[in-house]
Amino acid sequence: MTEKLRLVLVDDHAMVRAGVRAELGDGFDIVGEAADVSDAVAVITRTSPDVVLLDVHLPGGDARAVLDACLPVVPDTKFLALSVSDAPEDVVATVRGGARGYVTKAISGPELREAVHRIADGDAVFSPRLAGFVLDAFSGAPAEQDDELDRLTPRELEVMRLIARGYTYKEVASELVLSIKTVETHVSAVLRKLQLSDRRELARWAAGRGVV
Amino acid sequence: MSQTIPTARAMRPVRGRVVAGVASGLARNMGLPVWVVRVALVLLAFAGGIGIVLYAAFWAVLPLDPQGSDEETTAARTSDTARLLALAAVVVGIGLLLAALGVNVLGGAVIPVLVAVFGAALIWRQTDDEQRDTWSAAAGRAAKRTAGTTAEAGRWRIVIGIALVALALVALVASRTSLAEAAQGMAVALLLLGGVALVIFPWMYRAWREASEQRRALIRSEERAEIAAHVHDSVLQTLTLIQRYSSEPAEVARLARTEERNLRSWLYAPTGDPDRTFAAALERDAATVESDYDASFDVVTVGDAALDAQLGAVVAAAREAMVNAAKHGGGHVSVYAEINDSQADVFIRDRGNGFVLDEVPDDRHGVRESLIGRMERNGGTATVRSAPGTGTEVRLAMPRASQEGS
Repeated sequence: MTEKLRLVLVDDHAMVRAGVRAELGDGFDIVGEAADVSDAVAVITRTSPDVVLLDVHLPGGDARAVLDACLPVVPDTKFLALSVSDAPEDVVATVRGGARGYVTKAISGPELREAVHRIADGDAVFSPRLAGFVLDAFSGAPAEQDDELDRLTPRELEVMRLIARGYTYKEVASELVLSIKTVETHVSAVLRKLQLSDRRELARWAAGRGVV
Repeated sequence: MSQTIPTARAMRPVRGRVVAGVASGLARNMGLPVWVVRVALVLLAFAGGIGIVLYAAFWAVLPLDPQGSDEETTAARTSDTARLLALAAVVVGIGLLLAALGVNVLGGAVIPVLVAVFGAALIWRQTDDEQRDTWSAAAGRAAKRTAGTTAEAGRWRIVIGIALVALALVALVASRTSLAEAAQGMAVALLLLGGVALVIFPWMYRAWREASEQRRALIRSEERAEIAAHVHDSVLQTLTLIQRYSSEPAEVARLARTEERNLRSWLYAPTGDPDRTFAAALERDAATVESDYDASFDVVTVGDAALDAQLGAVVAAAREAMVNAAKHGGGHVSVYAEINDSQADVFIRDRGNGFVLDEVPDDRHGVRESLIGRMERNGGTATVRSAPGTGTEVRLAMPRASQEGS
């Protein structure tokens, strides 16, 4: 590794930030921490880190508010949502707001470190639950206009199913006889559809938190 | 022999009613046989229609007996409207018949009076229902979802009621005087009404604001009480237990996991009734297995369906596979279920040491009988994929017979 990745942690609980810091270990340079929306925006825009670990529920707003304020200023910063919430409206709203992945706080240290590197490289990180939401949202007949954004290719469906079954990217790759790079490409394509598609379920989940 | 009456207030019973339960309600309140009240009302109806007006007035004012079951009450409320319409039709018919026979009951004012009474009854009934909806909304969140449509229907009922009353008044005045005079009189009346409204409005508005604020405060405090009760019951109990077991890390982890699952399912709305729907049954079984063994489960479900015999077998087999995974694999177990109209699939994956299925002795009842046997008897399949070092994945697949051929 040439240089340590620069990280910002955003969570309103100091205990959680300390825990995440410990899980991440020495391999990262944590340049800032924040506990609410305005602090988070200030720290992120000042330090323009490589990756932000972002809690979904924050005092003074939610992850969406941070994403909206930061993304125009620091377009190269990647956001990974880290939350305890299982509600699709939280998960989907944050990803549609611009986060490139979603993992739960129960994630293990090595998995979290891998996810941060993946996000920093511009790839997407899907937890089994997020993959489940995607399959749920894209199941059934697509909308009438039949936009390419509104359906998943058979290959993308296969990848999502394996991730939902708890497979790592590496295991997905060997199961489908693909390279890891190809799996990453498929997941990124799904992320793009998740962010841009107008499918009814996605719109409804996003509306559940008062954002579109 | 006199019956003790539980409440001083007369109520309209849900059972034993002919039209809207007014006669039986009054009879119960006064301690008279029902037929006496009914005959009296019918006789009064021919005395210038007073009986009908009385009936309508009591119907508007008397609340439904809340002792009936929910279904009965709803049924009684919906049938009320239908019955009232039928009754109104009968009354109007009789009025027209009498008019045709040359009998002038109320000097030509019968129909306007009836229309006015009907309109007023609609408005009265509406406020009565709204009150009841307020109570039920405070009691359960379910009522909130229907509140939108109820309010919509309620507004229309009030508008129709007011229109009917106004129409009847115009007709009544017009039947006595010329139309021009009636219009003049109406204008004066409207002016008067406007004046009164202007005086009353600020007071009404304040009262309404206060009432709705009080209601909101009540709902808030009830929600807080519910959360407090829940936190006390589960979280505090668990914390107490954790202190007691602090020397046994495995037990502490188990307690914390169970509590986390409980709190999660409470916060993020349970997917359904575990006795009725597939996804909820699977999640409940994962929770029980998780609390019985030292393993954590991640359950992801896509789609859902009502439980039937076949899906019940899938859930039972999945539970068996989960127990196996927790016992032999341990650690983190992923459960993924996908169900659609034609097929149900469940994958249970652990990251344990794995095993070679052919080497599992036949007497190991778990895998052979409970899993594969159970699935095959119900027309499905169970496949176990396992290799030393990579963990075990059990796949349960069940075609859904009831949907076939459609």
